[in-house]
Amino acid sequence: MATTPKKPVARLEVKKTYKLYINGAFPRSESGRVYEVLTSKGVSVANPSLASRKDLRDAVVAARAAQSGWAKATAYNRGQILYRIAEMLEGRADQIANEISLATGVTSKKAHDEVLTAIDRWVWYAGWSDKLSAAFGATNPVSGPYYNFTIPEPQGVIAVAPAESFLAFIDAIAPAIVSGNTVVALVPGSAAIAAMTFAEVLATSDLPAGVINILTGSHDELAPWAASHMDIDGFDISGITKKKRADLKVAGAENLKRIHHFEGTPSPTRIYAFMEAKTVWHPIGV
Amino acid sequence: MTFEYAPAPESRSIVDIKAKYGHFIDGKFVTGKNHFPTINPATEEVLSQIALGGASDVDKAVAAAQKAYTKTWSKLSGKERGKYLYRIARILQERAREFAVLETLDNGKPIRETRDIDIPLVAAHFFYHAGWADKLDYAGLGKSPQPHGVAGQIIPWNFPLLMLAWKIAPALATGNTVVLKPAETTSLTALLFAQVCQEAELPDGVVNIVTGDGTTGSAIVNHPGIHKIAFTGSTEVGKRIARAIAGTEKKATLELGGKGANVVFDDAPIDEAVEGIVNGIFFNQGHVCCAGSRLILQEGIADEFIEKLKVRMAKIRIGDPLDKNTDLGAINSREQLLKIQELAGVGDLEGAQRWSPACTLSDKGFWFAPTIFTGVTQAHRIAREEIFGPVLSILTFRTPQEAIEKANNTPFGLSAGVWSEKGSRILWATQQLRAGVVWANTFNKFDSASPFGGYKESGWGREGGKHGLSAYLKEGK
Repeated sequence: MATTPKKPVARLEVKKTYKLYINGAFPRSESGRVYEVLTSKGVSVANPSLASRKDLRDAVVAARAAQSGWAKATAYNRGQILYRIAEMLEGRADQIANEISLATGVTSKKAHDEVLTAIDRWVWYAGWSDKLSAAFGATNPVSGPYYNFTIPEPQGVIAVAPAESFLAFIDAIAPAIVSGNTVVALVPGSAAIAAMTFAEVLATSDLPAGVINILTGSHDELAPWAASHMDIDGFDISGITKKKRADLKVAGAENLKRIHHFEGTPSPTRIYAFMEAKTVWHPIGV
Repeated sequence: MTFEYAPAPESRSIVDIKAKYGHFIDGKFVTGKNHFPTINPATEEVLSQIALGGASDVDKAVAAAQKAYTKTWSKLSGKERGKYLYRIARILQERAREFAVLETLDNGKPIRETRDIDIPLVAAHFFYHAGWADKLDYAGLGKSPQPHGVAGQIIPWNFPLLMLAWKIAPALATGNTVVLKPAETTSLTALLFAQVCQEAELPDGVVNIVTGDGTTGSAIVNHPGIHKIAFTGSTEVGKRIARAIAGTEKKATLELGGKGANVVFDDAPIDEAVEGIVNGIFFNQGHVCCAGSRLILQEGIADEFIEKLKVRMAKIRIGDPLDKNTDLGAINSREQLLKIQELAGVGDLEGAQRWSPACTLSDKGFWFAPTIFTGVTQAHRIAREEIFGPVLSILTFRTPQEAIEKANNTPFGLSAGVWSEKGSRILWATQQLRAGVVWANTFNKFDSASPFGGYKESGWGREGGKHGLSAYLKEGK
């Protein structure tokens, strides 16, 4: 802990308590644990919650309960909510950039750019909601008197373990939810600060409770539980080092979880990776 | 007065089965070391001796496939690759009857099915994919999507040649080369297909076929020279493969088990639905991963429906698979028969009521009468586990929501069926059902242009149609 000033100041700053974001509420970790995030100079920034296996389970329950309703919302509606997230984030850009800068030590300019990029990503993904069927669906010319079409559908509950950065976190959750999945995000280390302020953006974006749930803490602790959880359908492990991916995939095989990692620029492939193609046949006749 | 069917056997003189087979590697048939018999499951007659592929055979096949990939196949234009596939499709059409008879002999399924369904679909699958070979830029995977390299493919015994086509046609069209292992009990049509590759003058090593059992398959899965795995089979083995490749860069598609629900609403056209239910579970002796093995009936029509179903089942002709009038052939192996008997026995023990029509089953070969269980609950093992035989579990429902909940109450998600005359209800149900293929007012229809594959524990990825191509390609620019 850095030393605190002994003398009273004219006005004492009211600091935020960083908690978790589960089912649209901000609970502390049931474990009562926190960890300290420090600036590069060793000054304490905050004590975010160190999420536990039980928190993960609670988040999965919330995500599962929210999933069918979110998937049932029209694509237009989902697109507008994602766009609304961009609007809300724009209003918080300075605050989040400041937090990124504090927690990671990057320049204020860099932190700002990161947030602006994140805002634009939300806008980009928002536009995908009602184009996925056009891009990933088909009507299939089968040899017989049948109407046959294929549509992409969300897989269900997706866990994401992004790398330790705000943009990596946004790049993992936006493509997962735009199709109608719900998400449990495992945000590591210093990325927790900006992510939890971002949860306040979500809370004011008309995003239904449970669609995005955010747990902060350690990948080493939480990712294996997410990989073996039988009610998680997919897992984005982009923030997990190569060496540690194999064990997660072995654990995920128990329910044949769709486990993927991504590099590079955003792509609709990242959306489709957590969708399933459904093909429907019906006879044609009088 | 009753009418009897006279026997109408298809001649087997069209096929020429050798006493012993080796592997097909680098364009040539090579002798194997150890062999095991392959039998006609309808008579237990030994048809031939099949080579048991070991690690060294797999090594040679992978090396041949790798060489063919780098030296010839990846250098060939899509247009020329496509022409090879068109050639193969044409030869398969010409030799269709030969393949149909051989498949029926080795697998036990009725000639009516191999002749009218399996083999025509095989030729269509090559023809369809032939056309993709020079049009991959339009597959929705960016400009110039690239093949993975060598595909290791492991297929089941229920649709031997059709599953070979589902694997080899897209792999070749997209520029990959192949090491394929047919199922232990049904290697003969794959080996005849190897002759077709020779006849089509397909470059050496593009298609390699190594016969054998699970150990051979495992050698393919674990071979470092394989870039992509395509497997069709049980969910248990699928999970094993997923674990085996967890630490590698290998891609995989898995087409696994199912416990398909066929939901019949009270406004369904009953006679058509009865026909569809029969086709859904008794097609191919129920050896179908997407079989409609759970019938979920709306309560008000349940009694009438089951009576009609029994009347229809009594007309199913079970017997010589080579007879053109046979509906239900032999169970593919003793092992599978024992599994079906065991699970049906569990159905009795758990309190469900078994019914089968009176029918005489031959003493020789492996047979199981078409069977239904009524009084089945969701907790019963026969409602949860894949039986992979001609056994139907019947449950009932009151509200549409209950039907969907029961249908989706399974770790599988391969297929589902819905029967109703009401359009909006059908579309609602097809939306709610969590399955990769949903048949509405029909069942068990397949087409090379139609993607096939499952949700949840029924597997990863799709085969067929535009969607099936992505399994064999890396995204382009």
